[in-house]
Amino acid sequence: MSKKTEPRYAMVVDTKLCVACKACVLACKSENDVPDGFCRDWLVEETRGVFPDLRAENRSERCNHCAHPPCVHACPTGASHVNEGGTVLVTHHKCTGCKACIGACPYDSRFVHPDGYVDKCTFCLHRVQRGKEPACVEVCPTFCLHFGDLNDPDSEVSKLLRTRKHKVLHPETGCEPNVYFLEGGPR
Amino acid sequence: MNQPTIEVLHGRHNHLIDPALHIWGWEIPVYLFLGGVVAGLLILSAALELVRGRKDASLPMRTAPFVALVLLSLGMVALFLDLEHKLYTFRFYLAFEPTSPMSWGSWILVLVYPVAFLLGMGSVPQETRVRLIGYPPFQKLKVSSWLMCVFGRADSLRRPLLWASVVSGAALGIYTGILLGALSARPQWDTAILGPLFLTSGLSTGAAFLLLLPLDDGERHKLVRWDLLAIGAELLLIAIMLIGFAAGDRAGQIALTNLTTGNWGGAFWVLVVLLGLGVPLVMDLLEVRRRLAPVFLAPLFVLIGGLSLRFIMLASGQASSFRMIQ
Repeated sequence: MSKKTEPRYAMVVDTKLCVACKACVLACKSENDVPDGFCRDWLVEETRGVFPDLRAENRSERCNHCAHPPCVHACPTGASHVNEGGTVLVTHHKCTGCKACIGACPYDSRFVHPDGYVDKCTFCLHRVQRGKEPACVEVCPTFCLHFGDLNDPDSEVSKLLRTRKHKVLHPETGCEPNVYFLEGGPR
Repeated sequence: MNQPTIEVLHGRHNHLIDPALHIWGWEIPVYLFLGGVVAGLLILSAALELVRGRKDASLPMRTAPFVALVLLSLGMVALFLDLEHKLYTFRFYLAFEPTSPMSWGSWILVLVYPVAFLLGMGSVPQETRVRLIGYPPFQKLKVSSWLMCVFGRADSLRRPLLWASVVSGAALGIYTGILLGALSARPQWDTAILGPLFLTSGLSTGAAFLLLLPLDDGERHKLVRWDLLAIGAELLLIAIMLIGFAAGDRAGQIALTNLTTGNWGGAFWVLVVLLGLGVPLVMDLLEVRRRLAPVFLAPLFVLIGGLSLRFIMLASGQASSFRMIQ
């Protein structure tokens, strides 16, 4: 265990704490200069059940940085690639804007930037490499967003996933997403 | 898990993605259609010569490879118009990504051009060759010696070129289907049958394109029969695709409903199945069995059906998503 393994970055969203204030969306937009009318992360407010037995869930969603990213496989130029810690990134000057990756993403996480290339969440890798947290995580007022390394058993995200009930979105796609949603109390 | 969803408020609204994916417009189905016709032209014109031997072909058959090049170039213009980052188009040719059908496609297109060009040059009749080589400006610009070399190569490599034409045409036809079929995030496209389906559709639309032109009787006789086979195979593949969706999971059910009774149901049954395949099948059968004079309507319907198939598959595929599964 002494050998240092590659990090596997993941995000954990506590749906029990999220109040859908959208601070994460604003923080991302200002940190990453996301153009007007687009967003790299977004809020989903879902209500399920039959009245009066209802359940509400708030989810801060973004690219899932899948372990098996179909967008990377679909990219004809190698612009979409897997980077440090398993983050899925787009090299702007390699992207032709063919949009195959947008068609390939089951989570609709990508969009065409007005400058022509395809854009998406980067897990704020530029901040992570300087030892900071992604902008959305840092700004969250309810501390419902957590970021860390799943390959480190002592990281906060590893501990949360060990102790709390959680899910990923559409596991049936087989992409093995790396954004987890905490659903309830201890397992 | 069976709790009905009452409300989903989605805060994303990214352009071209929300409320329904709409990343590709008319350019892609037009390209997929033209790619199919080109695949059909390359395969059929080469196969006809392989079957019948090198006889005096009619003018449309001789020029088919050049027509294919023009149609393919028009298709590539449509592809180019679709690209959002046009200045970076050259990036397609600085990489080969084996998992990306689009990467395969961009390299297949590069292969098709020289094959079709040499195939067409080999079909240029002797008197035209003499005239071209003797054309004074060509002689001055040393084009004549280059032309002689090209004609020589096109003749000596005729048989390998015919086979290369069949193979590159098949690759082109299949890839136009796999391009969509590999995007498993869209339940409508998540079927391996799109490759063979678009290839057979390419064969029948390619045959239809040729049948609209003044061919000689021998060529028409063969092409109508091959067209019949292609239409029959296409109907069979569509049936298999629908049965595959019906036998599938929730994603398959969404795909089936989308195509047969949903927003695209009417257009699919009327334009693709009835007008594009059923009516031409009957008309071709009548022409073959009853020896009736050919009419231009059957090939025209096949072309309309082929174009409709591309538009409907693209539009319905973009609108189908895992988000529909609650």
